[in-house]
Amino acid sequence: MVRFLKRSYIYLVFAFLYMPIAVLMVYSFNDSRSRGVWGGFTLRWYVELFQDRTIMSSLYSTLFIGATAAVIATIIGTLAAIGIHNSKGIQKKLIMNVTYLPVLNPEIVTAISLMILFVFAKVRFGYLTLLLAHITFNIPYVILSVLPKLRQLNKHLYEAALDLGCTPAGALWKVIVPEIMPGIITGLLLAFTLSIDDFVISFFTTGSGVSTLSITIYSMARQGIKPTLNALSTIMFTFVLVLLIIVNVRQAREERKERSGKNGSKKISPYRTEFGDA
Amino acid sequence: MKRSSLFPYLIWMILFIVVPMFLVLYYAFTIPTEAGSTWSLENFARFFEPVYLKVLGRSLRLALISTGICLLLGYPAAMVMAGNAFSRKNVLLLLFVVPMWMNFLLRTYAWLTLLERNGAINVLLTSLNLPRLQILYTNSAVVLGMVYNFLPFMVLPIYSVLSKIDKGVVEAAGDLGANPFRVFTKVVLPLSLPGVVSGVTMVFMPALTTFVISRLLGGGQFTLIGNLIEQQFLVVDNWGFGSAISVVMIVLILLSMAIMSFFEGEEKDVALW
Amino acid sequence: MSDILVELKAVSKFYDETAALDGIDLYIRKNEFVTLLGPSGCGKTTTLRLIGGFEQPTAGTILFEGKDIGTVPPYKRRVNTVFQRYALFSHLNVFENIAFGLRIKRTPEKLIKEKISKMLQQVNLEGYEQRDVNSLSGGQQQRVAIARALVNEPEILLLDEPLAALDLKLRREMQHELKSMQKQLGITFIFVTHDQEEALSMSDTVVVMKDGKIQQIGTPVDIYNEPKNAFVADFIGESNIVDGIMHRDYLVEFAGSSFECVDFGFGPDEEVDVVIRPEDLVLIPAEDARLTGIVRSVNFLGVHYEMIVEADDETAWLVHSTLMAPVGSRIGLGLEPVDIHIMKKVREP
Repeated sequence: MVRFLKRSYIYLVFAFLYMPIAVLMVYSFNDSRSRGVWGGFTLRWYVELFQDRTIMSSLYSTLFIGATAAVIATIIGTLAAIGIHNSKGIQKKLIMNVTYLPVLNPEIVTAISLMILFVFAKVRFGYLTLLLAHITFNIPYVILSVLPKLRQLNKHLYEAALDLGCTPAGALWKVIVPEIMPGIITGLLLAFTLSIDDFVISFFTTGSGVSTLSITIYSMARQGIKPTLNALSTIMFTFVLVLLIIVNVRQAREERKERSGKNGSKKISPYRTEFGDA
Repeated sequence: MKRSSLFPYLIWMILFIVVPMFLVLYYAFTIPTEAGSTWSLENFARFFEPVYLKVLGRSLRLALISTGICLLLGYPAAMVMAGNAFSRKNVLLLLFVVPMWMNFLLRTYAWLTLLERNGAINVLLTSLNLPRLQILYTNSAVVLGMVYNFLPFMVLPIYSVLSKIDKGVVEAAGDLGANPFRVFTKVVLPLSLPGVVSGVTMVFMPALTTFVISRLLGGGQFTLIGNLIEQQFLVVDNWGFGSAISVVMIVLILLSMAIMSFFEGEEKDVALW
Repeated sequence: MSDILVELKAVSKFYDETAALDGIDLYIRKNEFVTLLGPSGCGKTTTLRLIGGFEQPTAGTILFEGKDIGTVPPYKRRVNTVFQRYALFSHLNVFENIAFGLRIKRTPEKLIKEKISKMLQQVNLEGYEQRDVNSLSGGQQQRVAIARALVNEPEILLLDEPLAALDLKLRREMQHELKSMQKQLGITFIFVTHDQEEALSMSDTVVVMKDGKIQQIGTPVDIYNEPKNAFVADFIGESNIVDGIMHRDYLVEFAGSSFECVDFGFGPDEEVDVVIRPEDLVLIPAEDARLTGIVRSVNFLGVHYEMIVEADDETAWLVHSTLMAPVGSRIGLGLEPVDIHIMKKVREP
C-alpha cells in the first residue's frame, strides 16, 4: 500500500513533467488551428515547418554554432584541464574560481558582460560574437567533465610514457588524451547540448540577421501560438531523447567496464593493508 | 605533464571572463558626463528607489515561493526515488532529466499552450462543466513556469545525497528505538541537508534572475530583476544602471554560494568563493 | 672502477624548503641488484626518480657511465621503470602496451612481434597478447609492466615498490622470478621497497635510508649482522635497543650490570646504544644470569615464542625463543659477547 502510494506520487510528478510536452506532441498532428478542436491527423505542420525559412535558417545557425563552439571549447577546455590538473596552490585555486564564474553567474550577467565587451571592442554582432560567447560558456563544462577523468588516472602514466621514449608532447597525445577520451566526449556532448539549448546569452550577443532556434522560438512565442512550433518541439524532444539514451548507454557501459576493472584489483587489495604497510 | 597547455585557456579566460567582469564593474561604478565618465555610486543609489525595490521584492518573493514549492514537491520525490519503491533507478533518473534537456523556451512555450484561454486545461475543465482557469499572465503562471523548469534541479541533488546515506545508519536509529518519524527528523533530514542546500541554491538562483519565464508566462507586465536588467541594456540603454543591478545579483549569488559551501564542506578542487 | 654504471655525488633534492634528499653519495655497479630500503619519506623513491629522470637534482651530479645526465630527460635515458601500481595504458591491450616503447623507436613490425613473444614467454604470459589490461589480475598486470619495461633492453631497470599491491604468496613468487630474471638478463636492477624482508632476500646490495640520508650500504648479511646504528638495527629485523655506558674497550654497562663485548674504540664512559637481537637472548635459570626479569607476555608465533620480559630496572626485553617460560615466572636472560652490538648515540639535531 505504502509502496503503491509512493509509486503513484512519482507517476504524478512525471505526469506534471511530461504533460506539457505530450500535449504539444499531440497538437503537432492536429489538423486545426484552434486548440479546442481535434481536426484529424495531419503532417501539415511538419511540412510547413520545413518550408519555414526563418526556422530552417535558425536551425542551421544553431547546429553550426553548437558544433563549432563545442569542438573549439573541447580542445581549449581539455588542454586547460590538463594544465589545471598539473598546477598547484594559489594558481590552481584562482583559475578554478574564475572557471566557475560563468557557471555560477546568472546567465543574464554573463550575457550582458559579453555584450559590453563586444561593444567595447567594436566587434560586429553576428556569427562571430555568438561563437565567441558560446565557446566561453562551454569551456567550463568541458573542464569539469575532463578533470575527474584526469584525477582518476594513475599519476605515473605520463611518466611511464616518457620512460618508454615519448617526448612530453607525444606522451600527452599518445597516452593521456586516449586515456581521458570518455571525459572529453562527455564534455563535447555537454557543450553541444548547452549551446543548442542556450537562449539568454545568444539573445544578447547575436546581431541582426543571425538568429538561433531559441531566439526564433522566443520571438514566435511572443507573437502567439503557432502549430509549427509544436512540430518543432516534437522533433527536438525526440532528438534529445535519442541523444540522451545514447549517452547513458555509453556511460553505463563505461561504468560496468570500470567496475569489472576494480573487481580485478579488489582481489588483491585486502592483502595490501595487511602486508603492504607491515 | 605540460602546464603550458593552460595558455590558450588563460588568454581566453582573461579576454572573455575577467575583462568583461571588470567592464561590468566599470559601468556600474561610473556615470556618463560630458567629458566622458566619472566614478559614482549613483547607479547603486538608484536601485534603492521604491520602484526598483518593488521589483527586487517581487523577484525575491516569486523565487522564494517557487523554491519552496520545488522543495515541498521535490523532497518526497527524491526520497521515494532513493528508497526501494522502484528497482530501475537509472531509468527513473533519466526520465527526470529528459524534460530538462528539451529546449528551455519550448518547455515554457508548452505551458503557454496549456494555460491559454482555449488551451488544453480549459478544454478539459469546460468539458467537465467546471469554470475556466485564468492564470496565464499572472504571478501564478510565472511561479508555475519556474517550478516546472527548475524542479529537477531540486530533486537531483537531494536524491544524490539521500541515496548515499548508509542504510545501516537508518536501521541503527530504528534499532535504538526511534519511530519512523523520529528517524526521519533526527537522522535522514539532517544528513540530507547538504543536498537540500544545494537544491535550494540551484533553484533559487535561476528563478531570481530569469527573464524568459516572466516575459512569456507573465506577459511582460510583471517585471522581475531579469527583465529590468534586459530593459536597461536593450530598451532604455542605461548600461550603468543595468550593470549595477548585475553587480548586486553577483554579490547575492556569491553570498549564497558561500553559505552553500559552508554547509557542504569544501570539496577537492571545487574551490568556491 | 670501470664497472660502475651510475654514480650519485652529493645529490640533494629540495621541494620548496624541505629536503627529500640531503647530500647522498652512491654508486651502482653493472649487473648489481640494489635495493633502496627505508620508511616512507626517507628519499628512496626520490632517488629512483632522479635516476629515472623524472626529477632533477637541486644540487650534486648524477653520472651515467661517467657522463653527467642530471638534466637529460627520461625519454633519452637508457633506463626503464616499473611503476608503483604499474601505470599500464588502459586504452591499449597487452601487446600494444609492451610494444609502446618499440613503436616510439620505430622498430620494424616483424621485430616487434618477435621481441614481444619472447618477452611474454619470459614473464609467463603467452597467449595474453590481445587481452584488455584492465581484465588482468594484479600479478598479471605486474608482469605486463615488467615486460613493457624490459622489452626496451634498458641498461638499468628501476622498480618502484612493484610488489606492494600483491598478496603475500604472489609476492614471494615474484621476488624469486625477479631475482632470476635479473641474473639471466644481466641488467642492473634498482629496487625500492619499505619491506626489509624483501630487501634482504633479493638484493646484492642494500641501501638503508632515512630522512633523505643514507644510513648504511652493504650486503644483506652485513646489514643484518652489523647494523651501523640503532635506526638500521631497529628497521632491519626486530631489536632491543637500550642505553648503555662503554666503560672501556670490550666492557659495557647496561641494565644495571657490566657485560663483556667485542666492541672497542669508544671514549671512556661514553654513552652508547646497545642493540641486542631478540633471537640472541636465551632463557636460562635466574640464578645463573646477570640479566633477570619477569615474563610479562607470551605469544606463540609458529616457529618460535615471542616473549616480553620486564627486567628489574623496568626495561622491557623482546625475546624470541623456541622455549617458553610461563607469564609471571622469574627467569634469566643469557647472551654472548658477540651478540652485544654497541653503537654510537646519534645526536638528534
